[in-house]
Amino acid sequence: MSAIYILWLRELKRYSRSRAQIIASLGQPLLYLLALGFGLGPVFEKAGQGSYLQFVAPGVIGMSVLFSSIFSGIGLLWDRQFGFLKETLVAPVPRLHIMIGRTLGGATVSMIQGVLVIVICLIAGFRPQQLSSLPMAVVFMAFISIVFAALGTTIGSRLQNMQGFQLIMNFLVMPIYFLSGALYPLNNLPRGLAIATRVDPLTYGIDGLRGAFIGTSHFSYATNATVLSVVAVVFLAMGARSFAKIQI
Amino acid sequence: MIQVHDLVKTFGEVKAVDHISFEVAEGEIFAFLGPNGAGKTTTIQMLTTLLEPTSGAIAIDGIDPRQRPHDVRRRFGIVFQDPSLDSELTAYENLELHGVLYHVPRRTRIERIERLLKLFELWDRRDGLVKTFSGGMKRRLEIARGFLHTPKILFLDEPTLGLDPQSRNQLWTHVKHLNDTERVTVFLTTHYMDEADRVARRIAIIDHGRIVAQGTSQELKAQTKTDSLEHAFLALTGSTIRDERADAADQMRQVVKMWRR
Repeated sequence: MSAIYILWLRELKRYSRSRAQIIASLGQPLLYLLALGFGLGPVFEKAGQGSYLQFVAPGVIGMSVLFSSIFSGIGLLWDRQFGFLKETLVAPVPRLHIMIGRTLGGATVSMIQGVLVIVICLIAGFRPQQLSSLPMAVVFMAFISIVFAALGTTIGSRLQNMQGFQLIMNFLVMPIYFLSGALYPLNNLPRGLAIATRVDPLTYGIDGLRGAFIGTSHFSYATNATVLSVVAVVFLAMGARSFAKIQI
Repeated sequence: MIQVHDLVKTFGEVKAVDHISFEVAEGEIFAFLGPNGAGKTTTIQMLTTLLEPTSGAIAIDGIDPRQRPHDVRRRFGIVFQDPSLDSELTAYENLELHGVLYHVPRRTRIERIERLLKLFELWDRRDGLVKTFSGGMKRRLEIARGFLHTPKILFLDEPTLGLDPQSRNQLWTHVKHLNDTERVTVFLTTHYMDEADRVARRIAIIDHGRIVAQGTSQELKAQTKTDSLEHAFLALTGSTIRDERADAADQMRQVVKMWRR
């Protein structure tokens, strides 16, 4: 247990020391929020869907949680590159504990990141409908964090070097984001896209966030939570398996 | 304590380790010498559960690392050849993390960290981030970390690379002390023949993945009819300079096969 704690703490220390990175990572959500929120706002309103800023803010929050959690997992690659990974791999601690410590650390960091983005959204004019459902929002942020930190760990364990990184970014992370319904409503989609959105686990996370923040969601809380729990278990198992097999 | 029989590791076409066999007795200091790319580090990686052998048998304290890696990990400590510190943490935090991973009780941990940081003259910089350290300081920290817990077997992979004579002396004194008092078995590699001569009871010389000779320093000198270990080494391995073939192969392997499975 102490190994899980110390590795969790390590992720937090590293995060709190990288101020420049924290600020840089807030830039992208801000851009999405302002450019899309205000840019598409008039069209969205004409279509009778209400405020686009209100609609897209939970999506942007979900996005930043997605990015930071998946990259925390892939951060394994840096540890491999700089050698620290070896130090943990030969330690007399079950690899499962090491993997759990890292993943929980990454998930915690991305939740902090999510909270920072919520603050930015509030400043930009986003107004959650009822404050009482904020704990529910935290629950869904935690779901997104754990699911994608575990996915990141799986990828990080299997990838040998940084060359695969662009590939992952373009063919996995961006599609997960764009096919999630973070930017558009899930109803009346063309059939192909409708299927794709339902396969994407992030869809359920963002739908849950939207339900919590603005009171409108496509699926029920129960559906969202169930799908995310199942995916989390599957990804954690995959991550643990890949991590246990790492060779230097 | 360490038994290796007919061990092979191939990376694609390259045989990094080619049918080697040796034994290290409990409480022995064993030196593994060889030119660059001879297969020393690959062997250590297989002994320390970091790499799966292609074929052959390994027993660490009677346990096969392939079958029970966790039990093997509880028995050894290692100082790696290349960096393995977290440069975003402080010197103290690196040692603390290591102490927790190796189950060193809290009080002992605090005492030992202080003693080792003082011994390797890093105490004043204990709260400095490792990324701000010089190469020599990082190296000293790696070594201090290796001594934080007392394992049954200590692997030292070119531990003195980039160390000044003072720190080198500290290191070997400490190794000798551990070996004398705690009966720690030591498996080391180095390029400095005088060190091997000074500390090791038995020596194996590896070249192109094969063990070309093994025995005490005396025996090796007698076998090659030379008067120093350095000359014996050159007589056995030739005087041509080696490129790190295994590492180049590693690189190729990485480019071609980005995905492992």
